[in-house]
Amino acid sequence: MTAIDVNALSVRVGAKRLLDGVSFKVAQGETVAVIGPNGAGKSTLLRALSGEIAPSGGTVLLKGRAPQAWQPRELALRRAVLSQNVTVTFPFTAIEVVRMGAGDRRGKAIDALAEAALAAVDLAGFHDRIIGTLSGGEQQRVHFARVMVQLACGEEAHGPGILMLDEPTASLDLRHQLDLVAVARQYAARGTTVIAIVHDLNLAALMAERVIVLSRGRLAADGPPAQTITDDTLARVFAVSSAVGRVPDAAMPFVLPHRAEKHSA
Amino acid sequence: MSDAVASGPIAEAAGSRLRALLAGPLLFPILLSVLLIVVIAAMAVGGAGIPLERIPAALGLADPVAMTERDRLVLLSVRLPRIAIAIVIGAMLAASGAIMQGLFRNPLADPALVGVSSGGALAAATTIVIGDRMTGHTTPLPFAVLPIAAFGGSLITTAILQRLASRGRTTSIAIFLLAGLAIAALAGAGIGLLVFIADDRALRDITFWMLGSLGGATWEKVSLIAPFLLAMLVAVPFIGRGLDLLVLGEAEAFHMGIAVERLKRISIVLIAAMTGAAVAFAGVVGFVGIVVPHLLRLVIGPGHRKLLPASAILGAILLLAADTAARTIAAPAEVPIGVLTALVGAPFFLVLLLRQRGLAGL
Repeated sequence: MTAIDVNALSVRVGAKRLLDGVSFKVAQGETVAVIGPNGAGKSTLLRALSGEIAPSGGTVLLKGRAPQAWQPRELALRRAVLSQNVTVTFPFTAIEVVRMGAGDRRGKAIDALAEAALAAVDLAGFHDRIIGTLSGGEQQRVHFARVMVQLACGEEAHGPGILMLDEPTASLDLRHQLDLVAVARQYAARGTTVIAIVHDLNLAALMAERVIVLSRGRLAADGPPAQTITDDTLARVFAVSSAVGRVPDAAMPFVLPHRAEKHSA
Repeated sequence: MSDAVASGPIAEAAGSRLRALLAGPLLFPILLSVLLIVVIAAMAVGGAGIPLERIPAALGLADPVAMTERDRLVLLSVRLPRIAIAIVIGAMLAASGAIMQGLFRNPLADPALVGVSSGGALAAATTIVIGDRMTGHTTPLPFAVLPIAAFGGSLITTAILQRLASRGRTTSIAIFLLAGLAIAALAGAGIGLLVFIADDRALRDITFWMLGSLGGATWEKVSLIAPFLLAMLVAVPFIGRGLDLLVLGEAEAFHMGIAVERLKRISIVLIAAMTGAAVAFAGVVGFVGIVVPHLLRLVIGPGHRKLLPASAILGAILLLAADTAARTIAAPAEVPIGVLTALVGAPFFLVLLLRQRGLAGL
């Protein structure tokens, strides 16, 4: 079953083309990393997929339907989004923020779900802490727990959903980065579709079975990590010279960038 | 040293237990009891003092032998309507502040502070001047006209403010406060212009009304503005959770299933309706909308499903207490209620501003 179907997607703001004719399909249960240099259109792509912005041209279908055609409440039961830098102005506690993932649903089951999610991100002891007093990485983990609650609610109602992550590991330390990768893989194993913007190419290779490379609003490459994260792609898209090696006993590439190339433009 | 380390979490745990208790089933009984006490006090004190033991009789709840006709008249046609209107307006001021703070994700937002009250006041003052000319000084305007005009003025102001302060995905707190300041100044200038061109009679009407007094309350006026408060209370189950999620940002609220545009429209109409109704009757009364929700958040947390009704009750308590003070401390003269709330609220706001400085990015 196709979870995400993007066909000739274009997004324009004024005269500027942020995305230009991007097409790809993601099957239910697949794990996809989106990589590309700054300004390549990664965040715009995620915003178009989540339904936050409407395409200027082409179509986006989530489970067969345009995000704008779903009621927000119904859409939220089918896809969950973890954004970067979410700030909480009011003194909500960590557990209150995690419970928000359930929207207006309340009750013992939701409470238990929220407790479990907070424990899963290694923050059980932070239950009653005001979220604004936590470190950036801890806040990010609280928000991940919130998204886990939302996914669980959706899964109960309509089966496995779609998880969209915008640089989920940006403020996490190494161990929690790997934890997050492990959780994302667990979700995928249970049938959830995961699509994540990832800056760290090694993490992308570790996390995803498929990598989509964006460059200047267009699709530059799409395939398994071993075929997309290559010396050639890195030189062409990121303008860096690098040594791409292979992790022993795995088909997984790793990247050691060593020199920025001169911009051809 | 170990004591100092341990006292943090223990104090925090005790604090959270107290918070859980107060935020739990005790919250509304406590607030309503306090309101009842203030109501009884407000019934007893005033120009014509009525001893506490005569109040039940005057209300027809006990043997009428103990009451005097004068007590009855004072209570039923002067004091009780005034108490009722203080309750309704206090509740509306506090609730509209709480909704506005949620909508703009800004604990410093208050309709009076950012020009929404002034916008309503300008519309009302315009109505007084134009109405006076049109009716040819013969009949006073029907009271219902003023709240409608003030509602319209407040609605337009809130919509402009929302436009100015929201750029793309973010709402700038600094721009919000400064734009509100500019709007308030503009509306103030408009009112000044009206005062300048008004004739004596219209001038008296404008001045009397701008001073902000709850005097002249009647049951008719109470029944005219109470529906606005009722509309808010009815809306709480529909907007409360949405305002909670909106605290994470408009995009996040949408991701979690909130119809954000609809939530914003409902909130703006409620803010404008309650502020407009309050302004039409009591003039510009500031700071109740900031002080009340802030105090409550400290005790019961920021969740709007409780914060909104609790703000309404605490706002009623505070404004009724303030009005009772306003009509007794300088009796037989009355201190304008807006002056009293500003005297208490402005220093409170300054303290809040200093504590929030980092957050506001100012």
